[in-house]
Amino acid sequence: MKETIQSFLKDKFSHFISKEEEILTNLPTFFLKPEGIVPVLSALKTAPGIELNYLNDLTAIDWLGKKAPRFEVCYLLRSGNKSSTKVQFRVALEEDEQVPSIISIFKGANWPEREVYDLFGIRFAGHPRMDRLIMPDNFQGHPLRKDYPLEGFGQDYLVEDLLTIHLKEDMEA
Amino acid sequence: MYEKTAEHFSLKQKKLPEGHLLVNLGPSHPSTHGILQNVIQLDGERVVDAESVIGYVHRSFEKLGERYTYNQFLVCTDRMNYVSTPLNNIGWILAVEKMLQIEVPDKVTYVRMIVSELSRVMDHIICNGILGVDLGAFSGMLHLFHHRENIYQVLEKLTGARLTTTFCRVGGLEKDIYPEFEKDVKTIIKGLRPAIEEFQSLLVNNRIFMDRTEGVGGISAENAISYGYSGPNLRAAGVPWDIRKDDPYMFYDKVDFDIPVGEDGSVFHRTLVRMEEMRQSLRIVEQLINGLPAGAHHADMPHIYLPDKSKVYKNMEELIYHFKLIMHGIKVPKGEYYMATEAANGELGFYIVSEGEKSPWRVHVRRPCFWFYQSFPELVKGSLLADTVATMSSMNVIAGELDC
Repeated sequence: MKETIQSFLKDKFSHFISKEEEILTNLPTFFLKPEGIVPVLSALKTAPGIELNYLNDLTAIDWLGKKAPRFEVCYLLRSGNKSSTKVQFRVALEEDEQVPSIISIFKGANWPEREVYDLFGIRFAGHPRMDRLIMPDNFQGHPLRKDYPLEGFGQDYLVEDLLTIHLKEDMEA
Repeated sequence: MYEKTAEHFSLKQKKLPEGHLLVNLGPSHPSTHGILQNVIQLDGERVVDAESVIGYVHRSFEKLGERYTYNQFLVCTDRMNYVSTPLNNIGWILAVEKMLQIEVPDKVTYVRMIVSELSRVMDHIICNGILGVDLGAFSGMLHLFHHRENIYQVLEKLTGARLTTTFCRVGGLEKDIYPEFEKDVKTIIKGLRPAIEEFQSLLVNNRIFMDRTEGVGGISAENAISYGYSGPNLRAAGVPWDIRKDDPYMFYDKVDFDIPVGEDGSVFHRTLVRMEEMRQSLRIVEQLINGLPAGAHHADMPHIYLPDKSKVYKNMEELIYHFKLIMHGIKVPKGEYYMATEAANGELGFYIVSEGEKSPWRVHVRRPCFWFYQSFPELVKGSLLADTVATMSSMNVIAGELDC
């Protein structure tokens, strides 16, 4: 499977391959440029013999101090027609760089992309609603970044904030 | 007030039309079975628009996983899907064992499989039973809860805990099975089989239940795949995917069982799929318990599995291993691994990035609830308010797993 996809990518999308790095993993992994993620995934979704039509997982890794582009967004795809075929695509990003949303290809990318934005601060361009999903709206920072302290920055203001918001609402109503 | 809420949840219509009503289903509502919120825009009793808000029980397990050792993280997995805790434990442990490339004795795998299939039955009992309660049928739940309690009692005897069992360890089980384990499991199967049939005729074949659930909250196979559905909810839509068959782990390729498949993904078909899965799980357990091998309950690897206490007190080697394991944990070789298991709700995946330290560099949990629950607004649009409750209940959303 790895060879099929590799030759497919080299044939049609060689300008979107960012680097060929061997990493120790149980999944065949391909590194793509940010602008290539939408055309490559939509082509692979229907490509005969490959058909990666199921978005299995979408997450990110923060390599703070370990690798040069700090973040990597990981897309794990699976072929439904051939059992247990899983392939991973990766997009390496610097801080403040954006990656296009793949919500037009897979509807299920909606919440995972919002989650990655919420916890890592990586923005997905073209997402209909790039809001926080899990943390409160007025939360500061992105908790899964490696430089975010485990105990938090001291979010005491939050409780007070919430209290005054509700108080105001009640008074106005 | 309504406008403010609508703006906050970014519903499409900023100003509510005449006669429309905005209803909060949750965060604390009997039908949400946990803390999650649904803001539903109603026209009379019809749902016009909906919005799900999650994050109320988020406990940063992924961040904690980057600090805990591999065995310590086990207690976090317990608290994800708290209806079938052993399944979560086993998923995590299998991923770590695959990374370490260690083999465990056959007995360990057998016991893990028996426990995970029993947990699947427990999970489905909860889902189908509580679905009945949400629709106003109370006795079905009581019927099966007695048998769920029996399973809990076996788990209690086996592990010492009922809810958060923390049963597995890297390289084995927490402790050996107790002498009457086989007999107890056989008794459970004997009692459960007729109870499932009773439940089927009492609730599922009930005319009122069928009228309330047939064709309600359905999803097409194509749409379900696009949303990343997995497990019983996907199979109810007619897609025969099951990791136990597609990508067999443990000994699932050596036991006989079928994958039940539904048709239109509606509430009724989800219930039917879960009923059939319970029967298949019992079939698996029966095959396993009849061939349960003897042997040790852990691999003989003192650098991975805690050595026996009596040896620790007498031998220097074991004392050193014990100290190293407790203080520094297991060192997992550098690399990345994604391991998916078929949990009660679907594909539960653990994605581990290790840098060779005592704790992983990055842990990601692919939890099934998170993927299928995002389709909730689409499923309920156009249905009645009472149907949203049935839809949510039949999807089996576990808040602990959803937020993680």
